[in-house]
Amino acid sequence: MAHFDPNAKPFSHKWLDERLAVDTLQKVLSTEYWIPKNINFLWAMGMILAATFGILLLSGIFLLMYYIPDTKLAFDSVNHTIMGEVGYGWLWRHMHGVAASVVFLIIYIHMLTGIYYGSYKRGRELIWISGMLLFVSFSAEAFSGYMLPWGQMSYWAGMVITNLFSLGSLNLNGLVEWIRGDYVPGQAFLGRFFMLHVLLMPLIIMALIVLHFGTLRIPHVNNQDGEEIDFEEEAKKWKAGNRKESKVIPFNPVFLSKDVFVMSIYFIIYFYLVFYHFEFAMDPVNFDPADPLKTPPHIYPEWYFLWSYEILRPFSKNAGLIAFGFAQVIFFFLPFLDRSANVAPANRRGLFKYWFWILVVDMIVLTIMGKVPPMGIYTTIGTVAAWTFILLWAVLPFITKMEKPVRGSK
Amino acid sequence: MKDLKILGVVVFFTLVTYWGVEPYAHSVMHKHVEFEGFKYKDLKAPAKKGDPAKGKVAIAACVSCHGIKSQGIKAPMDAVSASAAYGVNPPDLSNAGAVLDEKFIANFIVSPTHAGLVKKSGMPAGMADAQGAADIAAYLKSIAPKEIKPKEAFEFACGRCHAVRYDKWTQIGQTPKTKADIKTGVDLKKMEFDKKVGQYKLNLAKYLGKLPPDLSIIVRARGEHYLKTFVENPQNLLHGTAMPRVGVSNEGYEKIYKYLEKVGDPSKPKREKVGPIVLLYFVGFAFLAYMWYKSQWKDLH
Ligand code: HEC
Ligand code: HEC
Ligand code: HEM
Repeated sequence: MAHFDPNAKPFSHKWLDERLAVDTLQKVLSTEYWIPKNINFLWAMGMILAATFGILLLSGIFLLMYYIPDTKLAFDSVNHTIMGEVGYGWLWRHMHGVAASVVFLIIYIHMLTGIYYGSYKRGRELIWISGMLLFVSFSAEAFSGYMLPWGQMSYWAGMVITNLFSLGSLNLNGLVEWIRGDYVPGQAFLGRFFMLHVLLMPLIIMALIVLHFGTLRIPHVNNQDGEEIDFEEEAKKWKAGNRKESKVIPFNPVFLSKDVFVMSIYFIIYFYLVFYHFEFAMDPVNFDPADPLKTPPHIYPEWYFLWSYEILRPFSKNAGLIAFGFAQVIFFFLPFLDRSANVAPANRRGLFKYWFWILVVDMIVLTIMGKVPPMGIYTTIGTVAAWTFILLWAVLPFITKMEKPVRGSK
Repeated sequence: MKDLKILGVVVFFTLVTYWGVEPYAHSVMHKHVEFEGFKYKDLKAPAKKGDPAKGKVAIAACVSCHGIKSQGIKAPMDAVSASAAYGVNPPDLSNAGAVLDEKFIANFIVSPTHAGLVKKSGMPAGMADAQGAADIAAYLKSIAPKEIKPKEAFEFACGRCHAVRYDKWTQIGQTPKTKADIKTGVDLKKMEFDKKVGQYKLNLAKYLGKLPPDLSIIVRARGEHYLKTFVENPQNLLHGTAMPRVGVSNEGYEKIYKYLEKVGDPSKPKREKVGPIVLLYFVGFAFLAYMWYKSQWKDLH
């Protein structure tokens, strides 16, 4: 039976604790949420992602006050009303656009950190999978957002990407029309992507962030050496005052202080981009209004989709789609394709070391080739890089199976 | 120290990616055209210097189409009728000398298509011989005001073909302020104006083969370098385009660009003002965060 002290003052600490267990909550979520001491700034990327999502949400709310989801008015509501007439509208738009681009850079760093340190194994599979669900949701969020200004790139990228759903020779034009709500992108198309962007996707993302944090709580985060830590034992040391000997630190305030410091550096870079270098995040072509009669000479997605787009391009229609589908889902299976029990930095893991660095370089090559026009030498490089990507995943189970056990700690 | 090494690796790969998708990819996708400083080297300078006094007499041949307001000469026709007659409204020449290059004007009068690098022009060729044209050009230079506003430069050189809706500019002039009838919401004045603009646009599109694009945010869509080189010689970037080489001088172009930038990128002055303050704030924040971090971690190792 719960006990409620009739004399506790409303909203006093005791009163709240009896009703909400605020003390326990605080311990579980913050002051006794133990983090390994042996980590570097890459472990702050998760909080930076959360903060950037916060920026996107806040700036998005301001943009939403003036944005008009009408194919005739959308372009001017963004480029004239918000950029020119509303006080500081330009600031919210540049913050939103830059954050949307930078969030993917941080996501890729965050993912590659997880791959490098093997943070998707030994109890951390669900962290990885919920993370991948976040990646897919962010992709949908970014794509739907890109439609909203109704510029040339919105229109034509929308056309090209929704066309993929005809699934090559299956010619499912009915499906494409169902997605668009029309034969070509138009009012129905804009309306539904608007709904996705400002309501459904943000809801899903928020739910997934909670899930992602939940999956972290029991396995705890990994550390630089992949060492298996007895968190209860180490927490006892900390609570006994052995701050030096204990291998763990409480999330709040010790780990948080480092997170906040890394975040402050990130904010300096981020706002530098917002004020002085925002062009990379806002494609010039999208400052031409959508024109169904004029195909732009080069149609390409935003930079963060380029690597998977390039896996689609060098192949024939059907093979390309299969390769593209493969690229979209394969990362989900990483915890099960890596057959080694080692949780350690890639550099200590035999062949996996080369696998990791080839993957990084290959994805960058794919990204660059995805933007340049597919001609001559670029087609060749793109084809090789796409095959490399596929082969990397094909050999992963074998090279990890052969891997010798390494000790977690030095 | 390990953190800094890792940061180095992350920054390296980030910059390589950035270089690949931005400067490198764009250099592959877009032909690079060198800017030549509005010199129009392909056009010949007149043998003798033009004489403004002679030009003043010869200009009489021009005012059957052009107005010269600053000299008290009104345009013979309104914009819509002129566009019906010539395809496009011949611009008022008061500011011609302030915006255009003198050598270009002289060449343009002899042959508008040759100077403009287009197949046809609403302006007839052979209005004067080379020397007569040089005289008229000198005269136009002599009556040009010393200082003109950015918008006036745009209006003369581009305004007859391009609208700028974010500044309420139409090809036939500024959209007038009108009032709708309160009881019915009908705004006849506006409808009449819109009809005139519509008629003008139809004539213009017939003349040029297409309606020239609105230039409201062209500075964001094309960027400084493209605009400059495009105006210098449209054929270099859009082969076969109907947009004529307008023949602006350096000073004239600066004014035009200033206008386009003010309309297309109005937040620039604000950005330059607010940017440093925000950055300074976060530098201060970083400093405090660092102190906190150091105090929390000082006895951990
Ligand atoms: C039959 C009517 C007509 C006559 C006569 C005429 N013009 Fe024009 N002029 C035009 C038209 C139409 C244009 C606009 C052409 C265009 O934009 O394609 C024009 C354009 C111009 C321009 C602008 C060129 C530019 O690059 O922006 C100048 C300068 C000019 N005329 C000078 C003259 C002078 C000087 C004379 C007399 C020698 C003259 N015009 C006689 C019709 C005429
Ligand atoms: C005689 C009419 C005419 C005049 C005067 C004119 N333009 Fe144009 N302009 C056009 C036409 C027609 C096009 C469309 C070109 C095309 O798509 O082939 C165009 C297109 C453009 C474009 C878009 C080019 C692109 O890459 O799509 C820009 C920028 C431009 N003009 C700037 C200017 C500026 C600045 C001026 C004044 C200095 C000017 N124009 C004067 C007719 C004109
Ligand atoms: C975009 C929204 C995301 C947010 C807000 C987020 C947030 C976080 C946070 C706060 C942490 C703990 C601190 C840290 O290790 O950085 C974390 C850990 C982790 N995340 Fe994410 N994440 C996101 C996306 C992803 C994605 C796309 C993946 C990869 C598929 C992923 C995989 C992981 C993994 C494996 C860990 C554990 C790291 C470790 O144990 O060392 N996350 N995430």
